[in-house]
Amino acid sequence: MNSNPYIIDNPGANDFRLNRETLIDPDILTAERDRVFDACWIYAGHDSEVAKPGDFVTRDVGGRPVILTRDGDDNVRLFLNTCRHRGAKVCRERDGNTKRFYCFYHGWSYGNDGALVAVPGDDAYPDSFDRSELGLQDVPRFEHYRGFWFASFNKDIVDLDTYLEGAKEYIDLVVDQSPDGDMEIVAGIQEYDIAANWKLLVENSFDDYHLHSTHSTWLEYMKDAGVNIKVPKGLLLPKKGIGLDLGNGHAVIDNYNFRGRPVATWISIYGEEAKPAVEAAKAELVERLGEERAERVANTNRNLFVFPNLMINDGSSVTVRAFWPEAADRMKVTAWALGPMGESAIMRKVRLDSFLTFYGPGGLATPDDVEALEQVQAGLTSTVKEVSWSVMTRGIAKDGEQLNSDELHLRTFWRRWNTLMTGEEAASETAEAAE
Amino acid sequence: MLDAWDLDGWLGLLCDDARYLIPPNDVPDGDPDTTLFIIADDIDRIHGRVKRLKSRDAHAEFPPSRTRRLITNVRILDQDATEVTVTANFSVHRFRRGGKGGEYVGKYIYRLRKTDDGFRIAERRAILDAEELGGLGAVSFIL
Repeated sequence: MNSNPYIIDNPGANDFRLNRETLIDPDILTAERDRVFDACWIYAGHDSEVAKPGDFVTRDVGGRPVILTRDGDDNVRLFLNTCRHRGAKVCRERDGNTKRFYCFYHGWSYGNDGALVAVPGDDAYPDSFDRSELGLQDVPRFEHYRGFWFASFNKDIVDLDTYLEGAKEYIDLVVDQSPDGDMEIVAGIQEYDIAANWKLLVENSFDDYHLHSTHSTWLEYMKDAGVNIKVPKGLLLPKKGIGLDLGNGHAVIDNYNFRGRPVATWISIYGEEAKPAVEAAKAELVERLGEERAERVANTNRNLFVFPNLMINDGSSVTVRAFWPEAADRMKVTAWALGPMGESAIMRKVRLDSFLTFYGPGGLATPDDVEALEQVQAGLTSTVKEVSWSVMTRGIAKDGEQLNSDELHLRTFWRRWNTLMTGEEAASETAEAAE
Repeated sequence: MLDAWDLDGWLGLLCDDARYLIPPNDVPDGDPDTTLFIIADDIDRIHGRVKRLKSRDAHAEFPPSRTRRLITNVRILDQDATEVTVTANFSVHRFRRGGKGGEYVGKYIYRLRKTDDGFRIAERRAILDAEELGGLGAVSFIL
């Protein structure tokens, strides 16, 4: 680790620079695991993934193998997937439904409430052996907001509601699409690696500056498919895309929609047969939420970043994407599609089709993002001695509102990250602008 | 044909309503109407995909990957008066200058339709054996 600061943040002088070592140095990653990931709330899964008692999924959360399950009393639980005897994983399947988690090594088994229920040959243990103390280990903190479950390995962290701050309003906009307020994760998980530092995907996931250069072939496809990609006039909504700091490191880009949304703006590529269903979905929103709120839900695209590693992109479809560093120059990405529970077959089809047009490892856009991030990583790594800093000042000289193509939201992330890593107070851009 | 990047030639083998599908690794027998796939193209998006791949701006495939596909165990699964369903194992090796390569292993399931010009592809489903896409990263070329 070098002794230079991670960021140079001086909004008064319109200066914001990023030390490229933060994207390369393995020692910085080691510190991040402790000071960032173990200090925050980390997305663990969605309520709908364990819809029935006994349902479970296994995955890694915060670098630990976990079991997300619903116990017999209908409580969603998150256990560390490790036997209390010798440590082997007690569940090796991706998902399923069970009453028991069984360690095949010595045969200890646990209920889906975590309780240790069977120990072969337990007469050999002394009287002090207490099964009630040897259940599957819960994560220290586990809370949800509107069906999105988060874990924290920091037992003293503020409650999730407080932590999420301004991000809650944007989660509400996603969940309000559903007539009964229930969203669900659709079957089919996209899991892929990117040979780049995880923080580059934070930036990329809501960086609208790169759209035209990186994704020209996608824009071309949309135009060829007869989609009007010009910006229309908005009455109730921001006329242009903006970037916002939502507090606690969370941030968003918030755009007027002009390229179609399954909820609820029909475009030609959805097919004529889908038009009545899309229009009906919109009518339901207006009926339930009133015209203004319905417009807000239906006709804005929002890429929401929940610090430190969750993106919820509500645009051409709803994408939930979490990512985790495997090394300083490699991350694992998991992406899910989210939709209203109980939506019609045709709407679900349109939603998934719309997702794939842009997103995912076979989409017409995401592979180019992956390529960009890997090229960035390769470029940085070999030249950091000569080129040590990246400039991140788009929009910094503006008073007030910043665009989605500016970089306020990227600086928001980096400021929070730097505060957690160093303990230094973050500079306030808005305060500087007001002076 | 695909290994030679003769994409227009490949398009000529497709029916007008052809589909090109890659199911997600965790639901290899899924239905694209209810499951999030990796690729679920109708004929319009296949054309869009080919147009994109021929552009210098398809960054994930520029310069284009070199690929070599080894095909074995070709078997007819089913046939009727109009269509034949065929399966084959594949191992597709991908090489890239300055980028990600890898080995894509799995099986194809083709639905081939009998036409006056011989067989044409009505559906091409490429099912990957890997538990997750993982280090392969993306399927940015035509698998």
